[in-house]
Amino acid sequence: MVAATAGTISFRQEVENLLYAEEGASLVRCIQCATCSAACPAVEFMDHTPRELIALIDAGMKDEVLASNTYWTCASCYACSEKCPEGIRPADVMYALARYSLWKGTFDRDAVAPDFSRRFARTILRTGKSYEPGYAPAFIFEGGFPGMVREMRMAVRLLGKGRLPLIPARIKRIRNLRAMVARVLPLDGIE
Amino acid sequence: MTRYAYYPGCSLETMAASYHVSSMEVAHLLGIELEELEDWNCCGATAYSKVDELLATVLCARNLAIAERQGLDIVAPCNACYKNLWTANAAMQRDSDLAEHMNYALEADDLHYDGTVEVTHIMNAFTTDEALESIRAKAGDHIKGLRVAAYYGCQIVRPRRPGVKLAESDAPTYFETLLRAAGANPVPFPYKARCCGAALMVTNRRAAVQMLRDVLQSAVDGGADVIATACPLCQTNLECYQAEVNHAYGTHYAVPVLYFTQLLGLAMGVGARRLGIGKELVSAGQALKRPACVPAQT
Repeated sequence: MVAATAGTISFRQEVENLLYAEEGASLVRCIQCATCSAACPAVEFMDHTPRELIALIDAGMKDEVLASNTYWTCASCYACSEKCPEGIRPADVMYALARYSLWKGTFDRDAVAPDFSRRFARTILRTGKSYEPGYAPAFIFEGGFPGMVREMRMAVRLLGKGRLPLIPARIKRIRNLRAMVARVLPLDGIE
Repeated sequence: MTRYAYYPGCSLETMAASYHVSSMEVAHLLGIELEELEDWNCCGATAYSKVDELLATVLCARNLAIAERQGLDIVAPCNACYKNLWTANAAMQRDSDLAEHMNYALEADDLHYDGTVEVTHIMNAFTTDEALESIRAKAGDHIKGLRVAAYYGCQIVRPRRPGVKLAESDAPTYFETLLRAAGANPVPFPYKARCCGAALMVTNRRAAVQMLRDVLQSAVDGGADVIATACPLCQTNLECYQAEVNHAYGTHYAVPVLYFTQLLGLAMGVGARRLGIGKELVSAGQALKRPACVPAQT
């Protein structure tokens, strides 16, 4: 008899499957040198450094990885991917884990980043273009009342300079765009 | 005459309108024709890739297919638009299954993509040997000696494109070459390709404000009168959130942040208003009035 474990895959393989379309090297190549962590400008705001996150993935510590804020704190600056001596692209790993945690529903409901990403995607499906003021509800209350006042003051100044759009722009063939997107993924998964 | 399909991206319609008008002025002076991409849609910024990578790719595929139909290569002024279009293009060119999947989706908008389009950042279109020659010939004394911190940002240099050496993407120099051609004086700026905080300004304010402070301090340490950017998100963070940095750290930054195209336009004698100068929250008036920058009186 074949062992019952045949067909099960490790968490690391699961994460690598999420990266199947990327060109980076396999996570098994990681030598834990922490060059990625040193290159990251946002590292001190992450609960696990990029190096730690790769170690956790390799150790199969799925719950810790899915509860982490690391990939939601990534600014996509790609400094880590540039510097990895083994050719791993941690920035793409961050994207993959963000998608995975949205899919599994394990992200922090109070965090701004997942809400922002989904608002953004929904906006584009409605109009075909981004609309900055539409994202305000995702973060405007974060800085408390004084923060909100500062944000509003800036918005008023930008308005005065004609730099804030009052009405969302819209592409002409938005219906076709939606039909296009519906051919690659179910729209109700996003909307 | 060089012609491109011009992909302005969402920010250039309002928040970064001055980047749009100044790009147009400069392109006109350099004999580069920018034909706006017909009915273009958003590139997805960094948010789509966090939601679904096929969603991110299909939206770029549509823009690429429209450019192919127009028979032109794409030029994008925003770092993120450039990176997304470039990445989606490369993915479809090397993966025929993905291209087939995308083409199935594109049928819904009567489009098809064969992978023939090249994606360029507008900075690259303005730093060809020919363009540099033309800028040197046309530049007057308008920004002569102006001390400029050339801020590349991230996605114009990273991920590194094939054939580019790490040293070039780590410490690029073409922006400074361009500024020198226009008569400006680029200052030492070690953080020129370090992240401005990008969308973390929305999603993780504390992190972004600290990242921004580091970049601002690096520019100030170099003695910059003004920071020049090649990306609307970098510009917005560096300029509009300086007050947030000052609030958080008790600093007193007041560095104007202009688009590099505004400086090029000024150098070649275009009027400030036509370049959208005056729409800044941190006024560039004083910096641009420095005695060294005033054109010789006739």
